[in-house]
Amino acid sequence: MTQAFRIENGGLINRDKKLSFKFNGKTYLGYEGDTLASALLANGVHLVGRSFKYHRPRGFFGAGVDEPYAVVQLFRNGETEPNIKATEQELFEGLEAKSVNCWPSVNFDIGAINNFLKIFLPAGFYYKTFMWPKSFWYRIYEPFIRKAAGLGVASTKHDKERYEHKYEYCDLLIAGSGPSGLAGAYAAAKNGAKVILAEDKPRFGGSLLTSDVNIGNQSGKDWAEGIIAELKTMPNVVVKNRSQIFGYYDHNMLVMSEKVSDHLPSTKKYHPNKRLWYIRAKEVLISSGSIERPIVFGNNDTPGVMLSSAAKEYLKVYGVLVGRKPLVFTNNDSGYETAIEFKKHGVDPVVLDSRKNPESEIIDEAKNLGINIKNSHVVVAAQGYKKVKSADIASISEDKKQLGKIENIQCDSICVSGFWTPTIHLASQSGNKTKFKEEIDAFVPGQSKQNEITLGAANGIFSLDETLKTSFKAGSELSKKITEKDNEISIPNVVEKKSSQHDKFWCVPLPEGKNYKRFLDFQNDVAVSDVEIALREGYRSIEHVKRYTTLGMATDQGKTSNLNGLQLVSEIENKVVPAVGHTTFRPPYTPVSIGAIVGREVGKHSKPTRKSPMHSWHEKNNAVFVDAGVWLRPRYYQRGNENLFEGSKREAKNVRTNVGVCDVTTLGKIDIKGPDAAELLNRVYTNAWLKLPVGKARYGVMLREDGIVMDDGTTTRISENHYHMTTTTAQAANVLSHLEYYLQLVWPELNVNVVSTTEQWAGAAIAGPKSRYLLQKLFPNSDVSNEGLPFMGYMEGDLFGVKARIFRISFSGELAYEVNVESDYGNFMWQKIMEVGEEFNIQPYGTEALSTLRIEMGHVAGSELDGRTIPFDNALEGLVSKKKDFIGKRSLQRSAFTSEDRQRIVGVVPLDKQTSIPEGSHLVKDDKAPLPNPKLGHISASCWSVEYDNPFSLAILKDGKNMIGQKLFAMSPLKNKVIPVEIVSSHYVDPKGERVRS
Amino acid sequence: MLYINCPHCGMRSQNEFSYGGDASVKRPELNKEVSDQEWDNFVYNRKSLRGKHLELWQHISGCRQWIKVERDTATHEIFKTFKADEEVA
Repeated sequence: MTQAFRIENGGLINRDKKLSFKFNGKTYLGYEGDTLASALLANGVHLVGRSFKYHRPRGFFGAGVDEPYAVVQLFRNGETEPNIKATEQELFEGLEAKSVNCWPSVNFDIGAINNFLKIFLPAGFYYKTFMWPKSFWYRIYEPFIRKAAGLGVASTKHDKERYEHKYEYCDLLIAGSGPSGLAGAYAAAKNGAKVILAEDKPRFGGSLLTSDVNIGNQSGKDWAEGIIAELKTMPNVVVKNRSQIFGYYDHNMLVMSEKVSDHLPSTKKYHPNKRLWYIRAKEVLISSGSIERPIVFGNNDTPGVMLSSAAKEYLKVYGVLVGRKPLVFTNNDSGYETAIEFKKHGVDPVVLDSRKNPESEIIDEAKNLGINIKNSHVVVAAQGYKKVKSADIASISEDKKQLGKIENIQCDSICVSGFWTPTIHLASQSGNKTKFKEEIDAFVPGQSKQNEITLGAANGIFSLDETLKTSFKAGSELSKKITEKDNEISIPNVVEKKSSQHDKFWCVPLPEGKNYKRFLDFQNDVAVSDVEIALREGYRSIEHVKRYTTLGMATDQGKTSNLNGLQLVSEIENKVVPAVGHTTFRPPYTPVSIGAIVGREVGKHSKPTRKSPMHSWHEKNNAVFVDAGVWLRPRYYQRGNENLFEGSKREAKNVRTNVGVCDVTTLGKIDIKGPDAAELLNRVYTNAWLKLPVGKARYGVMLREDGIVMDDGTTTRISENHYHMTTTTAQAANVLSHLEYYLQLVWPELNVNVVSTTEQWAGAAIAGPKSRYLLQKLFPNSDVSNEGLPFMGYMEGDLFGVKARIFRISFSGELAYEVNVESDYGNFMWQKIMEVGEEFNIQPYGTEALSTLRIEMGHVAGSELDGRTIPFDNALEGLVSKKKDFIGKRSLQRSAFTSEDRQRIVGVVPLDKQTSIPEGSHLVKDDKAPLPNPKLGHISASCWSVEYDNPFSLAILKDGKNMIGQKLFAMSPLKNKVIPVEIVSSHYVDPKGERVRS
Repeated sequence: MLYINCPHCGMRSQNEFSYGGDASVKRPELNKEVSDQEWDNFVYNRKSLRGKHLELWQHISGCRQWIKVERDTATHEIFKTFKADEEVA
């Protein structure tokens, strides 16, 4: 393929390096330094996609971030990414891209039938049509809308790319490397300030790359190159291209997305794809420039219609002609600059100027070059379907209401300029209340809200001379405040051509008898008529108009459409634009990859994985692991082909008949020391703690101030002023914070220190009727008899030379002990237990067996202490002291908590003794009752009782105390099950608790 | 993301802290008769202020100290921070 629209010389591309790429399956050539857009245009390709609603042909409208049309699906290194702007995507060897929103192809798109049905798809069409009948929503409307919605397809594969986050601090952050950004950065850097200069494009310089100006004795482009080169050598300066600052957040924090690898065929080894920078800046200079806005006319979405600044950029930066017979349609002098560039490259443009008799240096230059200029002329409509073929033009009256006789002239592109819109997004995000600047028909930042200053075109200053002067000054003064250095900089002379006042004209009236679509928003197909409908139907707030019509939504966020939309609303409403106001600018300024936002926190890295010291033993012994909060715990130890049910049943049974050992390292542990430790416990727990002797453990329940159970666990008095508290695995961090809260804020007079020791101790629970024999062999020098170490007793022991803590506590309801050693000895302890336990038929047991054992004993855990239950509900009211005060006690007097039929824990057994009851099932009186069937309670935990060999569940049931013996139904609509059940005591096994004391 | 001056550690980003609610709430003394209304005010009733608000934060990924922060709930401006036992001027 030849690059027929590439000029011989010129542009900033590297003509020594040709790159081949594919678009819609066809191979083309471009150069290094091209974007996908410039390379396609060089090959004469103007049709890139189809529009969102009407599937009208779409070409290129801009040359950068503002692009509303050229959104493609990109394929790179075996991956695919949607929503890529062809105007931003740099070309690389082997790039592949496809059009979106068209089927079967961009040239023949069936959805284009919408274009002929457009009378049926006006603003609010979806809202009005898809409301009824209601039942149609799920089956018909929603799937249809989903299929029609969106531009491109997200990959369903795992993203192999890596994304990084970086935190940075600086004195001055400068957003944009145009003239104002360069001047501000340079002045600040010279004063020794720590500067970060960010540019979203690959090339630095902004408007200086395309404008015909001189700074000092050199061209603007050369001046920019010199400044950047110098900044790069300075140690206090970070200069970043391909880096978009997209959000301005509280306390001067800005977020920047750096595209590290998107311009390469594949990501380099050890490099991320993108890097997200969180930058805390002392001062921010917003030098984000401005974006040209279009003039609205008939069929203004035809491929070949584009911004005049984009045409100029394609020519000056990429050496590409967007057409050989261009028409320039302008209301200001910028269009002439584009026309002059065309002329210089041997192309004859025609300029239509809506103004009657404009005069300026730029216009004089155009006239001198012999460019054909038609004043008081406008484009009425573009003609051509997939590409502009001609234009209907006409003269226009001074009041811009009357069109003259329409004539048709041949052209292959229409370059439109409706003046410039400052890019105020970052300033507005910072909280700056914008103001409307009459002379430029646009909003500019108002009073600074955070430490931000907006410079140059972003602040509505379009003179280069003034921009440089104010920007040097801003950079210098702000940095001086921080570094207290004042290195003077001589401000260079500027040679630029003076321009004349633009015309406040933005929309060409419809000629009589024609109803051309005149688009405001090109990405969402929002036409003038749609906004008119919205206003006719009573929408007044610009925010409502936006949502009803989708004006200014989607990936370009209306960068080229918002102001014209406001102009239209203000005209119809007969208000001035500032009275209409603009919609809120929210971050991100441009779409940001979800991958970049997530960073490294994916898969295994989405949360830390905590492993007990015995983890490697569990792994070697076929443990099947389960996530318990951030911990990995063995669920069961698989033997042969056992499944979870069989394995856990075997393990639980072995605890009930022999002895088992369970890794309980994950339990939260808090070390509590100080003379007031007992007093603290007495206030935190519901039961009494002042008289607990040294060497004894006690079970305790703690409440929140609202009376709800927060956590439970045992706490042991190690010595006079030293306690060891255990918490549930899940609540460990919250309980520590809770204790710190009361110690630091509520009762600072208590002399107590608390610290987490969860990871300092490895824990093994040894449970079963033979556990004492095992203990005796593990600790031959200690008296672990029932007298020497009674239930809830504590002692220290010597485990083959390792100091151990031995607690006689039980969660399984069996005779049981818990042994703790310092974490480093955890594996040693575990191996010794297994070795010595062999003669007693010891087996390790996992969390599933642990649950089975505690459920059939009626011990509560997280599924009952679910943030909705009080002690009574869990049959723990015996632990609530009537004498002393404690956290949450007063709340227990609330009438709901003392009512007669208060919910309470019960046991549930299916009548057939066969069917397991799904957890979460509702308990109801009548399984045939009409919906919503009154719920009496719910199943909190289910197991297979190894004691009785039938299913058993715990439930929280209304008036549970008086429901024992009742027959109810457990219903699980999710599992489609209705199970007749009997309510029994929650203490299904050993209700008197004899085993733990044996 | 807020930038909070921990009185113990210095300027730190918000993601090191966890929020702890209204700092002006005072827990009724232990063992004291408390009316329903008083108790409800302590446990549940909070003003949802627009403007200057004294609130608790815990420097959970730092020194673990609870601190008091005077913050504007509308603008997020932080005026001053205090140690737990410091008198709020």
